[in-house]
Amino acid sequence: MNEAYDLRVGESHIEVHKFHTGTILLSLLIAVVLQSFLPVYISKAGILDLPLLITIYFGLSRRNPSTGLLFGTIIGLLQDSLSKTPLGLFGIAKTIIGYLASSIGARLDTEHPLARFALTGAFFALHQGIVILVQKLLLAQPQPWFTMRLLVACAVNATLGVFIYYLLDRLRKS
Amino acid sequence: MAGLSSRHRSLLLLLGVVLLQVLLLAVQIKRDSQGRLIRVWTVSAVSPVERSGAWGVGKIRDAWRHYFALSDTARQNEQLRRENGELKLEIMQLQGKSAEADRLAALLKFKEKQNKVPMVAARVIGSSADPNSNVIYIGQGQRDGIRKNMGVITPEGVVGKVIEAYRDTSQVLVVTDRDSGVGAMIADSRIQSPVGGSGDPLLNMKYVGNDDEVAVGARVVTSGMDRIFPKDLPVGIITQVKPGGQYKQIRVKPSANLEKLEEVIVLLTTDPVVLKQEPAPRASSSSAAPANARGNSTSQPTSAANAAKPSDKRP
Repeated sequence: MNEAYDLRVGESHIEVHKFHTGTILLSLLIAVVLQSFLPVYISKAGILDLPLLITIYFGLSRRNPSTGLLFGTIIGLLQDSLSKTPLGLFGIAKTIIGYLASSIGARLDTEHPLARFALTGAFFALHQGIVILVQKLLLAQPQPWFTMRLLVACAVNATLGVFIYYLLDRLRKS
Repeated sequence: MAGLSSRHRSLLLLLGVVLLQVLLLAVQIKRDSQGRLIRVWTVSAVSPVERSGAWGVGKIRDAWRHYFALSDTARQNEQLRRENGELKLEIMQLQGKSAEADRLAALLKFKEKQNKVPMVAARVIGSSADPNSNVIYIGQGQRDGIRKNMGVITPEGVVGKVIEAYRDTSQVLVVTDRDSGVGAMIADSRIQSPVGGSGDPLLNMKYVGNDDEVAVGARVVTSGMDRIFPKDLPVGIITQVKPGGQYKQIRVKPSANLEKLEEVIVLLTTDPVVLKQEPAPRASSSSAAPANARGNSTSQPTSAANAAKPSDKRP
């Protein structure tokens, strides 16, 4: 079970990656802790969404929608727990992102950095869209759909994601 | 779940997890005006169903009550009809008693005012079996001191005279009868002339000469010359004056409501008595008199002898 194997979808061969024991859990915890820890010392770090990047990465790598959405749910609820937002705000968004990342990862080769950059940027935008939608509909908190900060955050997270994914690739079982 | 593909399973799982988190959010969110969001959602989701249910139940209940469960309704309807009839009867009785109380109060007031005149109140208990004669029966007779030829009045005016007195009943000839007559005079001009019945609701004032000035609306009162009724008791109001061959044809509307007599007063004396008079209503006579006076004969007060002019119908 620790070995990588091929997932056949149509005529293409998609590789499903496995990780060392505790890698996913540790990555999850580190991402959540850093997400709440870094902005205390680096105000600009608030623009980052490390739990989202972790969700996207493991979704794309594991390529199992059920696993991906549950991973997104857990990390999203943890992120909610460490913030002042009601439980479920990031949980919903990251659940959907986890599901979509896993679904797309099962169909496309997402190992190329450019593909990862584009997918991360798209998922970040979608994630923000879901968060704003939930804030508008459920929390009655009016939020702008688009700001320059969001655009910058999208680019920064997509760029950072490419590097983080590269590091996490080192933790794969080959 | 066994028949579902992996993709569908994960999609269902996604929907379930998202839904759970939405509910989790809803439980936490509390809107200022409406309380917790989960409560708002629940109420919003349930209330239309409840409204529809209540509407449907109401319609079914109405249909059942109005179209099926009618046996009890019919019985209730019958009972309500019976109660309605009883209530109507009771209302009529109460209205009658109220009117009777008013009349008796008027009689009592009149009797108290005329406390020096012996009189007795009597209830009308019947009328003549002959439609051509205006006769009534009263519930008092000789035992109450009533004798033949005693005058019968109401506070409004003259009614007639006792023509037969029995032990507990008396027969009264009403002034509108053809055989009846009252010694009378016109209140203002003091022209005296007997007034008699003609069989219809109006009286005839006889023996007023064409030269006498008589106005429509003038009051006619008793003259006391017949020794039955005290002087100046209201008899009626002149409603019509026409010149005749020797005498004017004068029609008088009785002051007493002779059509609806229920209680009367019998004057227990045939001696001349004097009644205290109510203030005379002059409005009608004053307004009608001048116009009528222009079209009629000149004023010439009639002597007391006029009241004694030949008449076989005098009481």
